[in-house]
Amino acid sequence: MRHIKLDKGADGVAILTLDNADESMNVVSAEWLEDMNAAIAELRDDESVTGVIIVSGKKAFMAGADLKLMVAGYETMTPKDAFAFSQKATAMHRALETMGKPVACAMNGLALGGGFELALACHHRVLSDDPRAVVGLPEVNRGLLPGSGGTQRLPRLIGRKKGLDLLLSGRSVAPKEALELGLVDEIAPIDQLVDKARQWLATNPPAERIWDVKGYAIPEMRGMIVPEVAMDYSIGVAQVAGKHGYNYPAPAAILSCVFEGLQLPMDKALSVEGKYFAKLLTDPVARNIIRTTFISKQAAEKGARRPEGVPKSEVKKLGVLGAGMMGAGIALVAAKAGIDVVLIDRDTATAAKGKGYSEKVFGKAVERGKMPQDKADSALAHITPTDDFALLDGCDLVVEAVFEDMGIKAETTQKAEAVLPESAVFATNTSTLPISELAKASKRPDQYIGLHFFSPVDRMGLVEVIMGEQTSDETLAKSLDFIAQIRKTPIVVNDAQGFYTSRVFRMFIFEGAAMLEDGVEPARIENAAKAAGFPIGPLALLDEGTIDLPVKILKDAEGKDGNLYTIERGGKVLDRMLELGRGSRKAGAGFYEYAEDGSKHLWEGLGTEFPVSDDQPDQEELKKRFLYSQANETAQCLEEGVLETAQDADLGAILGWGFPLWTGGTLSYIDTIGIAEFAKEASKLAGNYGARFAPSKWLQDRAAAGTPFYPPIKAG
Amino acid sequence: MRDVFIYDHVRTPRGRGRADGSLHEIPAIELVTQLLQEIRDRNGLNTALLDDVVIGCAQPVGEQGGVLARGAVVNAGYAHSVGGQQLHRFCASGLEAVNNVAAQVASGMASAGIGGGVESMSRVIMGYDSGAWVADPAVALQNYYAPQGLGADMIATLEGYSREDVDSYAVESQRRAAKSWDEGNFDHSIVPVKDVMGEVVLDNDEYRRPATTMESLAGLKAAFPPFAKMGFGRVAKERYPEIEEINHVHTGGNSSGIVDGSGIVMLGNAEFGKAAGLKPRARIKGWASIGSDPTIMLTAPADVARKALKNVGMEKGDIDLYELNEAFASVVLRFMDHLDVDHAITNVAGGAIALGHPLGATGAMILGTVLDELERRDLNTAMTLLCAGNGLGTATIIERV
Repeated sequence: MRHIKLDKGADGVAILTLDNADESMNVVSAEWLEDMNAAIAELRDDESVTGVIIVSGKKAFMAGADLKLMVAGYETMTPKDAFAFSQKATAMHRALETMGKPVACAMNGLALGGGFELALACHHRVLSDDPRAVVGLPEVNRGLLPGSGGTQRLPRLIGRKKGLDLLLSGRSVAPKEALELGLVDEIAPIDQLVDKARQWLATNPPAERIWDVKGYAIPEMRGMIVPEVAMDYSIGVAQVAGKHGYNYPAPAAILSCVFEGLQLPMDKALSVEGKYFAKLLTDPVARNIIRTTFISKQAAEKGARRPEGVPKSEVKKLGVLGAGMMGAGIALVAAKAGIDVVLIDRDTATAAKGKGYSEKVFGKAVERGKMPQDKADSALAHITPTDDFALLDGCDLVVEAVFEDMGIKAETTQKAEAVLPESAVFATNTSTLPISELAKASKRPDQYIGLHFFSPVDRMGLVEVIMGEQTSDETLAKSLDFIAQIRKTPIVVNDAQGFYTSRVFRMFIFEGAAMLEDGVEPARIENAAKAAGFPIGPLALLDEGTIDLPVKILKDAEGKDGNLYTIERGGKVLDRMLELGRGSRKAGAGFYEYAEDGSKHLWEGLGTEFPVSDDQPDQEELKKRFLYSQANETAQCLEEGVLETAQDADLGAILGWGFPLWTGGTLSYIDTIGIAEFAKEASKLAGNYGARFAPSKWLQDRAAAGTPFYPPIKAG
Repeated sequence: MRDVFIYDHVRTPRGRGRADGSLHEIPAIELVTQLLQEIRDRNGLNTALLDDVVIGCAQPVGEQGGVLARGAVVNAGYAHSVGGQQLHRFCASGLEAVNNVAAQVASGMASAGIGGGVESMSRVIMGYDSGAWVADPAVALQNYYAPQGLGADMIATLEGYSREDVDSYAVESQRRAAKSWDEGNFDHSIVPVKDVMGEVVLDNDEYRRPATTMESLAGLKAAFPPFAKMGFGRVAKERYPEIEEINHVHTGGNSSGIVDGSGIVMLGNAEFGKAAGLKPRARIKGWASIGSDPTIMLTAPADVARKALKNVGMEKGDIDLYELNEAFASVVLRFMDHLDVDHAITNVAGGAIALGHPLGATGAMILGTVLDELERRDLNTAMTLLCAGNGLGTATIIERV
């Protein structure tokens, strides 16, 4: 037993300590399961043992299974393999709760996923009252379900409705609420947990779960015969469809597990749960979600793209040039991370207004109990609003976030560099202007880099790092260290028109405009985007920004040699909307009409301006147009070297502009379809709608060779 | 097919399907029992001449389950040789029960029987029947289930019916129903329902609101936005992406009423008529049932009408009166538009918006109503039809003899 320690006391109480030999966190692994099985057998057979307390030798109680293992499931397991895999943990939990001796767990820290499922299999749960000791079953957010009893024990313990709420939201619950909900039996200060468990054992509690007691009957066991139960599931289905649409199998599977499982005795129920789990584990959606938003994201945050050999750096003082929306947001996240910020604008009043954004956001957080007042105060104290460039003296890094204009940016760069230390990194927050061009204004182009933040900065996790032609590895490393400090997720791309995210994102809105030009009914355009999993339709999105900007970029691009920022179709639509004075929501009119009560509906005039064709396309075809146009453009970015890794591509797509999560990102989407099938279908779309869909020779060769963007995972 | 004749029909009045409804104290089987007794007594019928009694019901659970038809046969004192059968085709159950008996007779496997339906909506609440199609997550999600009321609003959205359109239809239904009652046109077929002491508890369709006007209807709140908000709105749009927002025009005032009631129809071949000494009132020409889109659920009528006409070799102009259950106003408007049928010959006596719709009973009730109207107006042919749950639809064509 490498991961478990057993201490049998003279009083008959055995302490089982979870203490992973290889990692700082207790996790579910094959080896650990073997250890547990051995321990359970020993405890069961040892007559001197009358009760068991499970504790942790780590700071946390226990987390779930290794996500790398989960990601491999899709490629390496059949559903039968996955079922057998899930039943191992399930059988261990079942052996624990049926061994005939009472088991308590004393949870000193968080217990999530598989860790909390272990707790649920104990007869008694004591949890630390430290607010950080959260419990929950977050599997749904990984595209999975709790596959070792979670969907069965939780609703049996706390009731179907509360159980489903936790299973479907995946939210973590703090100790106080955990006690109220009945997730745990007691909460106590951390040093009293084991005593509490001992006290419970001293009462000679029954070692039988309520669901194993003969005659156990809850109304749910009669399934739809109970009208209220049937009604609840009917509504549950609507809620799942309303929240997730039809692209995510996990929430629906959880609903089914609870519905079907509660009608069955425990062992049968656990088997049904295992089958649904197996289906999810071998489905690409779980793989896609976990790979991009957990594995690739964590790797990026831990420095996957950080050049080796550069000593770790820290930004103690940050300069932010421009206190507009972006500058104010960057100042906020830096101040929150404890960095001193000099926030500069043309006059102190404007700069102070930028600081005001932090005051507002922190104020709200305090109001909602999300941030203590003293933390808010100290964060705010880090921001110095000023118009004095001299204060930039001593800054380790500067982010310039002034107006998107080459001239203004150049002037600001020179003014700042006059004061900055020679070692300082100069970053520009631009979404489209070429970095290498902007770097020409700098004395130190090797220390010049693009840091493209997304709006609103305090809520968007991504930073697109753009390497100029001369940007040094050291500058990149320092920038990534800074991004880690402010707890954002970086992707690293090379300089080209629109970089990566702006270039591919434009495909979404322009495809919407192209569809309108093609005679597609406006509602179908918006609904297809939402059905595909985009958070908002392209026409609504165009209204939220202003059409001016994309149109201006298009006009600038026209006629320029080799400029990538052109579009095949949809430009006419944008021009016409501007002519009509329907440029944005802000302007009061766009593709939508905006009523005074805040409601909006598609402008009826669209039908006259862009006549609707009699033959309307299938919804699937429209969804494909959105997904394929962006995926194909991403592949081109990789081919051209704008992107260097598939991980950057997918993280940028998911975190940057809301490409549907179920796909795992633009390149993950191609791999999910299969690169050969993608190339074939893309050629067909190109024939029907235009060259933007045409797979390049590079992609076709890749398809012919069957080389996916992510290397295949070997079984075992 | 051998000739199948309608010899008689009766129905109960419709009671409000709530705790304060006059029929709330009457069990469902009692409604059928009293009708079976009345049709026997007023025709001096030797019940041993009947082969089968088929009773449709849309919520055949609890007191409405267990083959209520057979229970009622025994309860009504019929010959024990008479069979009993439960039939479930949601709202079309009552009409399909008639078609079932007709099929038995037409095939020569039976000579006579009674088809009908019953629904005590105040006692067996709508939804008690549930079923996998609405409540099993694995089924309901994949089948894009959405509640019927939302389907009615989707029809209005897709067809462009305004609140005024559906409300004026409802006002006309009330007007026609009031006229039918005022002129005593229902009298011959209504069997007042009695309590355990033999006292009449209800002798008229109490759900009606004859004073209804456009103004009074305009004050009512749309009934189905809560379903859309629950998430069914998204389901609807996944299935009908041309809908930007559902136009919620239906209210309690232009949808069918929740009521209790029962109706039965006595059918048989010519030999049965002779043996029983009865004169046939009409012939069953033929029928049809189809399925249509399960999400909207209510678009079957025009198509099932076409199929029924084809089955019997008739044209739509050959039909003198159409009787389509008024599940929701938009259902009838769509039917009249799509089949190009005049409102003047559709639901001439008023419909379920005014009178109420006792789900599984309605089909048998309105078949009787339209037969009475044919006789009163001295016309010959009529089609009765209903849309039903999960996209089903049933139609029956009759002809006077």
